[in-house]
Amino acid sequence: MDLRLPIGLLFVLLGLLLAGYGLVSDPAIYSASLGINVNLRWGIVMLAFGLAMLSLVWRGRRVT
Amino acid sequence: MQLQAIDYAVIGLYFVFVIGIGWALKRFMRTSVDFLTSGRSLATWITGLAFLSANLGAQEVIGMAASGAKYGILTSHFYWVGAIPAMVFVGVFMMPFYYGSRARSVPEYLRLRFDEKTRGFNAISFAVMTIFSSGISMYAMGLLFQKFLGWDINASILIAACVVLLYTFLGGLTSSIYNEVLQFFLIVFGFLPLAILGLGAVGGWSGLQERLAAPEIVGPYAPGVMTESWQHLGSAAANPMGVEWFGMVMGLGFVLSFGYWCTDFLVVQRAMAAKSMNAARRTPIVAAVPKMLFPFLVILPGMVALALLGPEGLSEGGKTDYNLALPLLLQKLYPPGLLGLGLTALLASFMSGMAGNVTAFNTVWTYDIYQTYIRPGQDDAHYLWMGRMATVFGTAASIGTAYVAMTFNNIMDLLQLVFSFINAPLFATFLLGMFWARASANGAFWGLLGGTGAAAVHYVLTGVQGGRAGLLHSYSSDMAQNFWGAIVAWTSCFVLTIVISLVTRPRNPEELRGLVYSLTPKQTDEGLAWYRRPAVLGAIVLAGAVVMNIYFW
Repeated sequence: MDLRLPIGLLFVLLGLLLAGYGLVSDPAIYSASLGINVNLRWGIVMLAFGLAMLSLVWRGRRVT
Repeated sequence: MQLQAIDYAVIGLYFVFVIGIGWALKRFMRTSVDFLTSGRSLATWITGLAFLSANLGAQEVIGMAASGAKYGILTSHFYWVGAIPAMVFVGVFMMPFYYGSRARSVPEYLRLRFDEKTRGFNAISFAVMTIFSSGISMYAMGLLFQKFLGWDINASILIAACVVLLYTFLGGLTSSIYNEVLQFFLIVFGFLPLAILGLGAVGGWSGLQERLAAPEIVGPYAPGVMTESWQHLGSAAANPMGVEWFGMVMGLGFVLSFGYWCTDFLVVQRAMAAKSMNAARRTPIVAAVPKMLFPFLVILPGMVALALLGPEGLSEGGKTDYNLALPLLLQKLYPPGLLGLGLTALLASFMSGMAGNVTAFNTVWTYDIYQTYIRPGQDDAHYLWMGRMATVFGTAASIGTAYVAMTFNNIMDLLQLVFSFINAPLFATFLLGMFWARASANGAFWGLLGGTGAAAVHYVLTGVQGGRAGLLHSYSSDMAQNFWGAIVAWTSCFVLTIVISLVTRPRNPEELRGLVYSLTPKQTDEGLAWYRRPAVLGAIVLAGAVVMNIYFW
């Protein structure tokens, strides 16, 4: 089993979940985090990390 | 702290994946070697991150943030002095013997190199220690969730233990290691925003330095004591840790650190699961890279918590409790959503530490205790079954010790003290065993016992200022007493092992091939690219640690 697959999947799902919540949530909750919509921003970062992992899996498969 | 549906969704998703990994690996577990040692098949980046993650229990994360709030940047010595050099050493110099000897565990190496009694002593003390340390961390986690989330302590202990049991029972060491890698990434992604937001909230590193120089924070010490790592180690009275540079470097940096990273089967097991000798040797060195950056992730939030909340913000009922630093900062800076991720990171750190303990326990139990003393000579299917059973009763025993910790805190403190006596001299035994062919079986065993005894005598004869008065000497802090105890134990074991070895019969050099440096063919890294050579990588990592120390001098 390629471990990058579950890691990639989990981070894609977590990223989508957080970023999606960041889009619909009440901006007032971000007063805690210095006024930054951290859910949206960090969700995108996690999504990018997850996609990078999945692209490594895909590249590995194409080679072998 | 009130959790929203989004937070539960994040935590739930995490649970699905850790159990899913165990489930997916189930079909690969055909023999006891697959289950207990991963069949020596894993890639370096996987064993490397697992090596780091298994050590990264909840106590490490919460405890290091607590120390950050209590001692400031001095805590970084547990990383840049107390971990990196030892991790490089075990990879470059010791792994050839662990991996090359074909031993399945650290105690088994001791039997090959010395004899049965040293192995028995190490196996039994290690097995008991893993159960107790996973019980203690389980209790710490349950307490935290009870305090902050109002979750029932029994339920949190039981659910977390069952999840760990499920995935280790299904997929054995491979499942534990794979999950440790997943958990490593969750810990990083869960706590990184805390460090970044925290630093933003205090106005960057310079703002943090300024805030932590306030008189109500530094008390009787110099203003820079919380943010300068070496300048206040001239004397024990000049810093809140109560240690001076010699005790720090020799006690923590040498004895305690090398004793842990080089001989503790919990971490060494990860490297022994690597697919080749080269991969095994690079495992701790790969792990050292993120380890070097971890102070930013775990110590910095503690310092920020102190700066933002002040000493009174971290107290409860008039008493300062530094363990509150991390959860209070999570509460202050994380909105719903990210809070779920932060809690997931906390759960992940707890589970990786516990699974590390359980998988190390079941290997030592099955191979070093059960197969050796209880039922030797059975077929492999029997030992595979025993490995699975050991996972179950190891977890059950950990839950039991969690409840012991709950009711008798003093007994747990005492036990941890006893284990520190057992562990401190062990590195002398391994050092002599691996690098001095003359070290004899009796020398090792009695040296080890003598070292443990010396640590106990040191503890009884010395005290701590403001606490129990010492007959011979009173240290300025518990930590100083602990560091010096380790130095005494190591030196006693080292000297005793040499003296006794010289008067007892050495082993036939033929039997020591592959176990001792002088009788083993040298590792040649020629023809390998530089980034595959352990010595080159080790030198780079060490240089990085030096830079860190100088930068935060």
